[in-house]
Amino acid sequence: MTPNGGAADPLLQVEEIHTHYGKSHILHGVSLNVGRGEVVGLLGRNGVGKSTTLKAIAGIVHPSAGRVLFEGRSITNLPAHRLARLGIGYVPEDRRIFPLLTVTENLRTGLDRHGVTTARKKELLDKSYGYFPVLAERRNQFGGTLSGGEQQMLAIARAMMLEPKIILLDEPTEGLMPRMVSQIRDIIGVLHRDGVAVLLVEQNVPLTLDAGQRIYIIEKGVVRHHAPAADLRADDAPIHRYMGV
Amino acid sequence: MQWLHAVPWDLLLIQTINGIVTGMILALVASGLTLIFGIMDVVNFAHGEFLMLGAYIAVLTIVATHNFWLALIIASLGTGLIGALVYVTTLRPLLGRDPLTTILATFGVSLVLQNYALWQFGPVARKIPEPFSGSITLFHLDYSLYRLMIAGLSAAIIGGFWLFLKFGTWGIWIRATTQDRIMAQAMGIPVPWVLAGVFAIGSAMAGASGVLFGPLVGVDHAMGFDWILRAFIVVVVGGMGSLGGSVLAAIFISLLEAYSSLWVSPAQAGIISFVVLILTLLFRPTGLFVATPK
Repeated sequence: MTPNGGAADPLLQVEEIHTHYGKSHILHGVSLNVGRGEVVGLLGRNGVGKSTTLKAIAGIVHPSAGRVLFEGRSITNLPAHRLARLGIGYVPEDRRIFPLLTVTENLRTGLDRHGVTTARKKELLDKSYGYFPVLAERRNQFGGTLSGGEQQMLAIARAMMLEPKIILLDEPTEGLMPRMVSQIRDIIGVLHRDGVAVLLVEQNVPLTLDAGQRIYIIEKGVVRHHAPAADLRADDAPIHRYMGV
Repeated sequence: MQWLHAVPWDLLLIQTINGIVTGMILALVASGLTLIFGIMDVVNFAHGEFLMLGAYIAVLTIVATHNFWLALIIASLGTGLIGALVYVTTLRPLLGRDPLTTILATFGVSLVLQNYALWQFGPVARKIPEPFSGSITLFHLDYSLYRLMIAGLSAAIIGGFWLFLKFGTWGIWIRATTQDRIMAQAMGIPVPWVLAGVFAIGSAMAGASGVLFGPLVGVDHAMGFDWILRAFIVVVVGGMGSLGGSVLAAIFISLLEAYSSLWVSPAQAGIISFVVLILTLLFRPTGLFVATPK
């Protein structure tokens, strides 16, 4: 396997991207790729640039060098709203639910797009209320009144409204109780079964090794290790080395 | 209870209606201002000039067509379009910088528009004729029907806008962008268009209020200034960025001014709104008409 290769039919290719926040240099040439329908984990300690990598892909941070390809096309400097329309769903670490929109309105931010028929909208809403019954119960409640776990469900459901080809999940299980964590694990399974690719940033190593097919380990703004999840499940020495766990 | 007999009840009723009429116009001016502030943190000093431009566009349209209602529509669309142009050329490049730069930029736009109007139309005030005359008799005083209609129409515009914000796709986009601009963009909402649209809508509302109020006052290049000062007071007292708060504050302040002008001169009554502003800033800087922040 090549250092950064892996996916035979890459949906998303990140090539040597660098980012700066003011004077600090965060990413020092991160490269990775995600195949169609593939679940890829991105592990690493706090502050090594995992979230920044996702932000650069979602178009929220623009890389100072390197490029991002989606379905073979460069999307490096496109504005975030164009990327969302192309099929990149983003679930940020702090969830960023619209606090003064109701649950349904939060979902409508992704649903009210050009070319989505009323019937299709209803279908998508019903589907996500099927996955997340708690959201259906709270559909007329403001997003800001939901619990942390419910907000996480809403953030994922909201990204799913875009009918994305890939979802970028930033630490979805952080601070959740075990029952919620296993629900998140189930949803990643559902996305995988539906053919949606997932790029998963996590601190929860067992969950990531279980849900992902391939794993990248990132340290100080570069990818240090890349392996199939099965290899790391068999031998977790690289995880100990780069993450100190 | 001697003082009760000194209260002029009939005048009090007239002043209540006056206060509500002025309050609704003020609310129409202020809601555009508060909306623009809420979504892009821009304090728009040129807002009063859109009111003035709306009135002038109406003057020109009425000269050409003799139709007040057509003038109202054309003036609203025209100021909306000019608003969008001003936003794209002047404000968009400054977003995200120090708020002072946008304050100075909108102040500059205000001066340019005022002096353009002075150059183009001269210093003599123009008049917009009332679309209909007629009055009703309250007690023994005549009250102009047109004034009542202004209040009704302003309320209808604000109400329509509220429904648009509450139920329309654009309404959800505007509210989402106000709450979290970056996440709105990540959800595929075309934020640059939403911002330009909000600026256009706010400007169009100012333009409409200029046309509606035109028949009651003269139309001149400085007419926006009086309104903008009071609209700023309303926006602060109502809670920056809160639409409902602005409407309530506009009526509240206009009623206070109307009542106090029964006993003191109108110029002195104007002091009231500044007193309310200062008290609000001292004791409840988030605004009188918004829920207590946690």
